[in-house]
Amino acid sequence: MASLEPIAVSAPPGRGRIAWRRYFSNPLLVTGTAIMSVVALLALLAPWTTSYDPYSIETLNRLQPPSGEHLFGTDQLGRDVFTRVVYGIRVSLLVGASVTAIAGAIGLLVGLASAYSPVCDHIFMRICDGLYAFPSILLAISIVAIMGPQTGNVILALTIVYIPSIARIVRSAALVVQEKTFIEGLRAQGAGVFRIMGLHMLPNVLSPLIVQASFVFAVSILTEASLSFLGAGIPAPEPSLGNLLLDGKNVIFKAWWMTVFPGVFIILMILGLNLLGDGLRDFLDPGAGSNNRFAKRKKAVRRRRRRSD
Amino acid sequence: MTKYIVQRVLSLVPVLIVVAVVVFLLIHLSPGDPASVILGDEASEESVAELRSRLGLDLPLYRQFFVWFGGVVTGDLGDSIFMDMSVTEAFFSRLQPTLSLAVLAQTIAVGIALLLGIAAARRRGTLTDQAVMGFSLLGISVPSFLLGLFLILLFAVKLKWLPVAGYAPISSGLWNHLRYLILPAMVLGFMQAALIARMTRSSLIEALGEPYIKTARAKGLKPGVVTYKHALRNAFIPILTVIGETFGTLITGASVVESVFNVPGIGQLIISSIQRRDFAVIQGSILLITVTYVLLNLAIDLVYGLLDPRVKLNGGRGR
Repeated sequence: MASLEPIAVSAPPGRGRIAWRRYFSNPLLVTGTAIMSVVALLALLAPWTTSYDPYSIETLNRLQPPSGEHLFGTDQLGRDVFTRVVYGIRVSLLVGASVTAIAGAIGLLVGLASAYSPVCDHIFMRICDGLYAFPSILLAISIVAIMGPQTGNVILALTIVYIPSIARIVRSAALVVQEKTFIEGLRAQGAGVFRIMGLHMLPNVLSPLIVQASFVFAVSILTEASLSFLGAGIPAPEPSLGNLLLDGKNVIFKAWWMTVFPGVFIILMILGLNLLGDGLRDFLDPGAGSNNRFAKRKKAVRRRRRRSD
Repeated sequence: MTKYIVQRVLSLVPVLIVVAVVVFLLIHLSPGDPASVILGDEASEESVAELRSRLGLDLPLYRQFFVWFGGVVTGDLGDSIFMDMSVTEAFFSRLQPTLSLAVLAQTIAVGIALLLGIAAARRRGTLTDQAVMGFSLLGISVPSFLLGLFLILLFAVKLKWLPVAGYAPISSGLWNHLRYLILPAMVLGFMQAALIARMTRSSLIEALGEPYIKTARAKGLKPGVVTYKHALRNAFIPILTVIGETFGTLITGASVVESVFNVPGIGQLIISSIQRRDFAVIQGSILLITVTYVLLNLAIDLVYGLLDPRVKLNGGRGR
């Protein structure tokens, strides 16, 4: 049953090119990736994009408005706001990426296990329901506040808060896949649990997982900013977009630039990630998307067929 | 119907148990002894020991849980360490500002959302539709505290129309009361409007595609009558659900906005308790809020079942 090889050979030529064309015909995805690439590059290349140090205090230059020298002005301790924004984006991306990776991995395991075993399903899904009932910000803020405001604890708290949303999506996708005849066939052939889950279920739940992960990335950046803004997130001297805004709030009458610039970057990042998520949904699952021309045509055909029945 | 109600209510039991366990465990997350964390570094050995026994921290973990849970079930959530009152009293004394804010915000949200959602659905695929969807995407992409800061910059700092922050009780006059609440209510209303407008649009579009709409049009009814009397009525149940759900998040999730605008509501109570490490208040308020949220969702589900005879009796609505 060497059925794997012929598939690779018979793959339609130019599949890559078709994927690229589909990518470029998806404005949401293109805009989303463009925004995120620019923001990520700016942050990852921080030592080169700015010549200032995010921590160096120059009391003589306190609260300077934006100028050629300080693009986004300076803060109440004379630190360069642009530099702090750039380093703050680094922290946001670090938190977002860590939470997405850890919550994604655990959520994937929990979701697959729940779909496979009814016992796991009962236990895990009740826990998820319980965690889901909490207002996410309040749960996260109390965890961080009680464990102590540290970057690691912020990541831990957000991971706990967002595992249920991933686990639920994976579980419901896996339940659908499980009903398919090919899984039944595998079982009849005597394939083991891990073979079925790892090689056959996993690839089929990846696309909803990726889409959900991009939204978790966005909300964890948003929640981290809120936590830091409330003083229960990233601790003070380290710049994060949330605590930059907290500094900005205290001098909002004198220094608008300390609120506007970090704010614009948060909005850009979250907008970018949301566009990316919507775009990915259309890209990975053409049937579900409504903004996709291909999907619209398909739907129209289906509707016409139904009408003629 | 009774079967549906009983099932739905019973399904809450495990959820509430998990919620109680998580809330109980929260206090034990603190690195080191909670009693010495509460009292700070300068506290003497004796006072720490006294607080330990007062909080029951000497007991084994499972007994602590049952003591605490027994209190919760009988309505005793403990006493605040910093305020001279019980947790329940503290909670209910802060309820009024939160409720005022939620009602005002929801009024704004529903007004904007219905207007935009209906306009978008009627002109599907046009510039209006795209503008509404863009607004809605922006609504879920802007953090609430940030929108709050921007509105403060515009209306309080630049234009000086409204106060920056604060709160006046309703007894000081309705206008005075509203003056302080307008900005925070606009922030919350805008975020909720984004969600409700999305739901209005999609459910109205779905209803407009139904065969009875074609019949109504074929009868020669005016487009307005078709949209409002025929389609909107049928589209209204999912919209009502999302309105109810977002009202739940308004009561529970306004904490950030409350703290930006210094509104002395429940959110601010929790955040200031967190800063003071007043563990009993944190636990109690989060528990009360979460239970309120769960019960609100239950109420919505039951009303939904009453309103829509099509709701299957053996299954709830997926979340």
